[in-house]
Amino acid sequence: MGFGPYFLLATLEGLVTAAVLALTALGLSLVFGVMRVVNVAHGEFYMLGAVLAWWFASLVSGNPALGFLLAVVLSPLVVAAVAFIADRLVLKRLNYEAEGTIVATIGLLYIIQQLALTFYGAEARPVQAPFDWRIQLPWFGYSAYKLFVIFASIAILIGTWFLLRRTNIGLIMRATQIDRDMAQAFAIPVGKVYAGVFALGAGMAALAAVLIVPIKQAHYLMGQDPLLLSFIVVIIGGLGSLRGTVVAALLIGLSDGIISMFFSPTLAKMLATLLVALVLVFRPQGLFSPGGVAAR
Amino acid sequence: MNPIGNQSQVVGNGITRRDVLKGIGAGAALLAAPGFVRYSQAQTSEPIRIGFQCHRTGIGAPYGRWYDRTTAAAVKLINEAGGINGRPIEIVIEDDGTDAARGSEVVEKFVRQHKVDLVYGTLFSHVVVGSAPTAGELKVPYYVVSEGYHVASGKMNRYCVQPGITDVKAQVRSVAPWIANNLGKKVTLVYPDYAFGHDHRDYFAPAIEAQGGQVVAMVPIPPTETSFTRYLPQIPRDTDVIYHVMVGPAVLTFVKELGEFFGNSGPKLFGFIDSLEAVDLKSPGLEFLEGSHFWEGMPRYAQADMPDYEKFYREAIGLDDNGASVNDARDISTAAHMFGCWETLHIIKRSMEACNYQGPQDRQALIEATEAMTEMEAGQEHPQGKKVFDGRIHQVFGEQNISQVKEGRLEVVHRTSIEDGRYEPEGDYTKMSF
Repeated sequence: MGFGPYFLLATLEGLVTAAVLALTALGLSLVFGVMRVVNVAHGEFYMLGAVLAWWFASLVSGNPALGFLLAVVLSPLVVAAVAFIADRLVLKRLNYEAEGTIVATIGLLYIIQQLALTFYGAEARPVQAPFDWRIQLPWFGYSAYKLFVIFASIAILIGTWFLLRRTNIGLIMRATQIDRDMAQAFAIPVGKVYAGVFALGAGMAALAAVLIVPIKQAHYLMGQDPLLLSFIVVIIGGLGSLRGTVVAALLIGLSDGIISMFFSPTLAKMLATLLVALVLVFRPQGLFSPGGVAAR
Repeated sequence: MNPIGNQSQVVGNGITRRDVLKGIGAGAALLAAPGFVRYSQAQTSEPIRIGFQCHRTGIGAPYGRWYDRTTAAAVKLINEAGGINGRPIEIVIEDDGTDAARGSEVVEKFVRQHKVDLVYGTLFSHVVVGSAPTAGELKVPYYVVSEGYHVASGKMNRYCVQPGITDVKAQVRSVAPWIANNLGKKVTLVYPDYAFGHDHRDYFAPAIEAQGGQVVAMVPIPPTETSFTRYLPQIPRDTDVIYHVMVGPAVLTFVKELGEFFGNSGPKLFGFIDSLEAVDLKSPGLEFLEGSHFWEGMPRYAQADMPDYEKFYREAIGLDDNGASVNDARDISTAAHMFGCWETLHIIKRSMEACNYQGPQDRQALIEATEAMTEMEAGQEHPQGKKVFDGRIHQVFGEQNISQVKEGRLEVVHRTSIEDGRYEPEGDYTKMSF
C-alpha cells in the first residue's frame, strides 16, 4: 500500500478516535469547568452508556437500526439520571469540595464498575451497527458506520455549542462557571445547575459510548482508556473550554491514528503524555482556556 | 500505672510452678487418652484441599467462569466415585484478577492461609510466569492449565507441571504442515505482543519453514489495544494466509475490522480459537469468517462422530450442541481450553493415588508421581483424546483439531497426531532439586 492510502486510513482512524474523544472529554470539561469537580468516575459513565446500549439494543429484535435508535435515546438519559442521583446523594453533601469529590468519584468508579461486572458480566458484548455498509476503496475497505460516527459527533458538538452559547441554559451555566456566588446572588439555582451539569457531562460520555459500541464491544473495563485520554485532552485544551477540548481531541486523536500507524502506538501515547507535561509546565491553564477562569 | 504489667503480676502471683506442671500433665494425659484424638480420621477423610487460582475478573474472566464450571463438574465426579485415596477433594477458589502480581500473592495466600495441598488451574501465561517462582519458593505443586510454553521450556521450577493441555509450541508445530499444504506458504502472523503471543511468533516461523513455507510479516499488537484497523496495512499484499491469534475483550473487534478491511478478496485466514473463545460465531460482523479455519484444542460444537466419553464430558459440564451453557444459549464456553481442567484434576488424582499422598509432606512424591506418567488413553478421564506426558519437561502432548467455519458452526476437518507436535526437550526438571 502506497503512502497516500496509508495516510488516508491513518487519518480516518484518527478522526474516529478524535470524534468519540471530543464528546467524552467535553463532558469531563463541562463538569470541571462549571462545578470544579474532577470526576474520576467519568470513564465509568462512558462504560455504563455502552453496557446500557447493549441492553436496550438486545430488547429489540428485527432491524438493528431500531435497537440502536432506542439505545441512542435512552442510554444517555439513564446514565444522566444515575449521575443526577449521584450528585444529589454524594457530591452535594460534600459541598463540592475538591479533595472530597475526587475520593468520592473514585468510590463511584468502583461501585459502577463492580455493579457492571456483577449484573452484566465480564464478557465483551457487541451491539449491531444500525447499518452494515462497507465502502470499498481501491486500496482497502472501510466501515461506513465509522464515517457516520465522525459526522454524528460533529453534529452533537455543534448542538452543544449552540446550547452553551445561544440558549438561556447555557447562559446560566456560564454564569455559574465564571462566578458561583454572583450567580447565586442573581437568583440562579446553583445547586440545580450543578446537578444538571453533572448529568449532562455523564450523558455526553454515555452518548459517545453508544456511538462507539458497534465498533468496539461493551465491556466492564472499557472506561479506563477514555478517562485517561479525556484528562489528557482536557489538560491540553484548557478546562471548561469547548473550543480547546475539540482542538485537543483532534490533535490527540489524529496524532494517535497517524503516529501509531506509521511508527508505534506506544510512541503515540508517549508523545501525548509529553505534550501534557509541556502544557502543564509552559501553559498550565491549557492552550485555549478562557483567561478569566484560569486566573482564579 | 501500667495496667498490663499489673495484670501479669497478678498472674505471676496466682499460679505456682506446681500448678503449671499439673496442668501440663493433665493436658498430656488427656491427649494420650484413647477417646481424644482430634484428627483421628486425618488419614482417611480429611479433604484434600486444592487451591484454584481462578481468573474471576480481568481480561481472563470468561475463561475463569468456564474453568470454574469444568473444575466443579470434575470434582463432583471424582468425589462421587470416592474421592482420592478415600478423601474428598475440596476446591478453594481465589481470584487473581488475571494479573501477574496478584497471582503470586494468591499462591502465597493459598499456602499460608488456606493451607492447601497444591495450587492449580491458571490459564493466562503472564500469571503463570508471575506465580511460578512463588510456588517454587513455597515448595507447593503448581498444576497449570495454561498452554503457554513456559513450563515446557524448562525455565520454571520443579513444582510447575502442565499435564492437562498441550503447549503452544506443540500446537503450532502440529498445525503448520496442514496450513502449508492446504492454505498457502506465505504467512503473516498477527499476535498479541506479550508472552503468549511470543510463543506463537517464536515457534511458528521455524515450523512453517520446515514445510517449505515462509513468514512474510509479523504484526505484534499491544495487549491493551482496542482498535486494530491501523495495524492491518502492515499485512503484505502477497500474503496467502493470515495467521491470527488474539486474546482479551477486544478480539471480536479485531476479527470484525479484519473483515471490513479485506472484504471477501483478502488472504485466507487461519486463527487460533483463542481469538473467539466465549464469543458466539454468529455475532454480527463475523459472517466473513465463513469458510475460514481455526485451531481448536477440543471442538466447541458437538461433532457427528463424537465418542461416548466426550458426550459424557459435555453433559457433565452442561454444554449444549453449540458449545454454550445448557442454561443460557448466549453463554458460550471456552471449550478449546477448559477440558484441561478436567484432565488435570484426573491426573492429580492418579498421581496422588500412585504415591499414596497423605499431606503436604508428600508434595515432592506427588510431583515425582506425575513425572513418572507417560501414556494416557482417551476416555472419561481424558475426553479430549489420548496423550503422552514428558516428565522431563513436565508437559503433555495431545492431538489437535483443525476446524472450518461452516454455516456459523465449527466443523473438525483434520485431527493432527501427537507426533506432529513433539519436539526435542530443552530442559530436564527431573534433574533439578526440589
